[in-house]
Amino acid sequence: MSDMQPAPPPFRPVPPADEDALHGETMVINMGPSHPSTHGVLRLVLRIDGEVITAVQPHLGYLHRGMEKIAEGMTYNQFVPYTDRLDYLAPLSNNVAYILAVEKLFGLTVPPRARVIRVLCCEIARISAHLLWLGTGALDLGAATVFFHTFRERETLYNLIESLTGGRLTTSYTRVGGLASDLPDGWVEKLRTFTRTFPAALDELDGLLTGNRIWMKRTQGIGVIGAADAVAMSMTGPNLRGSGVAYDVRKTEPYLGYEQYDFEVPIGSTGDVFDRYLVRMEEMRQSTRILAQALEGIPEGPIAVDDPKITLPRKDRVLTSMEELIQQFMIVTEGVRGPVGEVYHAIEAPKGELGFYVKSEGDKSPYRLHIRSPSFISLQAIEKMSVGGLVSDLIAVIASLDPVMGEVDR
Amino acid sequence: MPVKGMPVRRPQTPGLLSTTYLPSIFKGMWITLRHIFRPKVTMQYPEEKWTLPDNYRGLPVLVKDDDGRTKCVACFLCEYVCPPKAITIQAREITTGVEKGPRTFDINMLRCIMCGYCEEVCPEQAIFLSKTYNLVGVSREQMIFDKEKLLEMGGVRHDPIRKWGRLLDPVGAARAAAPASEAGR
Ligand code: SF4
Ligand code: SF4
Repeated sequence: MSDMQPAPPPFRPVPPADEDALHGETMVINMGPSHPSTHGVLRLVLRIDGEVITAVQPHLGYLHRGMEKIAEGMTYNQFVPYTDRLDYLAPLSNNVAYILAVEKLFGLTVPPRARVIRVLCCEIARISAHLLWLGTGALDLGAATVFFHTFRERETLYNLIESLTGGRLTTSYTRVGGLASDLPDGWVEKLRTFTRTFPAALDELDGLLTGNRIWMKRTQGIGVIGAADAVAMSMTGPNLRGSGVAYDVRKTEPYLGYEQYDFEVPIGSTGDVFDRYLVRMEEMRQSTRILAQALEGIPEGPIAVDDPKITLPRKDRVLTSMEELIQQFMIVTEGVRGPVGEVYHAIEAPKGELGFYVKSEGDKSPYRLHIRSPSFISLQAIEKMSVGGLVSDLIAVIASLDPVMGEVDR
Repeated sequence: MPVKGMPVRRPQTPGLLSTTYLPSIFKGMWITLRHIFRPKVTMQYPEEKWTLPDNYRGLPVLVKDDDGRTKCVACFLCEYVCPPKAITIQAREITTGVEKGPRTFDINMLRCIMCGYCEEVCPEQAIFLSKTYNLVGVSREQMIFDKEKLLEMGGVRHDPIRKWGRLLDPVGAARAAAPASEAGR
């Protein structure tokens, strides 16, 4: 591979040739882009010396769809379905992140009910994304049972998401100024039941893995990244917190009223795979707490701002009244026009700080949209974490970083 | 605002017994075996199917009203809003009082992402997202559903508000007009 960067210093000095003629002879191999453990279309070019990795280079772009460019050609609302396909394991939180950035540009404040429902959405997304991470991560390291248990729990959440939004994966749930639909009947009770039963299920998963000697051997001391390095690479989310840095957008720059909820930010100490695992496990517990608190006081009221220039009128009015009919046509074709300006807004998505930068020239579509996707940035750390380790440890490292290629490539 | 993190508890270094791996194995087995006595959650698809919620977003279809009239008036709003541009409409003049209707109405189901925006924006409630989720075809042409196919899939939709009642059914005009004016014309 001629395009490889110069290899970083090897993990151990290459032994003299007479000691072992095989050492020092490196080989360059491909891992991915269609490898089950790379979680999508991640391609890693490895330089290995026997089983020891001496260089790793991620190659991206297999899932590039030009989303940021697409956004420049459509109204703000039309882009919502595209955000589903960023981190496709947590589409609800992408919807919320995008729409919060747009609303910040417009200077909109949504009604309290919509805010609480959005918090529920974000936390459901976090739990379901972490469950998938746990299941597949454990599967990668050979613990197949965990996968079935996490998918059972995840199924409950996906059924809730389905009845809330009409789609299991392609949720497209938020709109500028509010939400697409209100909570269905009985939904709150179902979610409440989940918050009661889930901790027990999580304890079981904990029991299967946390104290398990095989699991500990495969994860402790593997893929270590120190706090300074993690910050220097601008890593966020559980990957950063695993290294002991207490940074969580929900706490540092609260949005959607997160300051009202009582929850902890779990942090690790050594920054190895095991720490990132423990942090995510604890995050699921904390998210369940947030869900339970948010469910206690869902305010009554509208789910969208009442502004005829921003939200679509009620369907029965569209069918019977001329003004609302015109309003419907105007909002759909002319879109919602934003002021001139630029904003950045980030939320704590399951993978880390998911930010949207929107620049508007006052048109119905953004002049430029940029997505700060946490997985893309976390992938930088792969080299730091895995050089000097074994190829089998690289699997653990990828699983612990939890990259989703949909948002890496955009 | 500085955040106080909560350090996660790392389990103690395992004792001598665990070097045999036996405690981990038995604990795992115990947790797994307990599930034998719990209700099964696997669904035997396709023999068994799950119930879809009412707002489920499947394939988009066109509907007729109680009088058998194609409700679409070819306003092009859905074609405009459709994010992946799956809908293609050609309009034509019709003589039943409503004046305009679709000559052709094609939805390319390979492009459609079932986002539901067409249903959301349609000012006539003429297009709906059905509960059909399995979509099979052997060629690209087959996946472009034309007006007839969409109407057949959609069938008839009864609605409380008969918007064109007075044009299509002069006898029932008085009946239809009353609720309409109450609704704030
Ligand atoms: S559901 Fe969405 S993608 Fe499909 S036809 Fe309607 S607007 Fe287009
Ligand atoms: S929005 Fe409704 S009435 Fe207008 S063209 Fe589409 S289906 Fe027909």
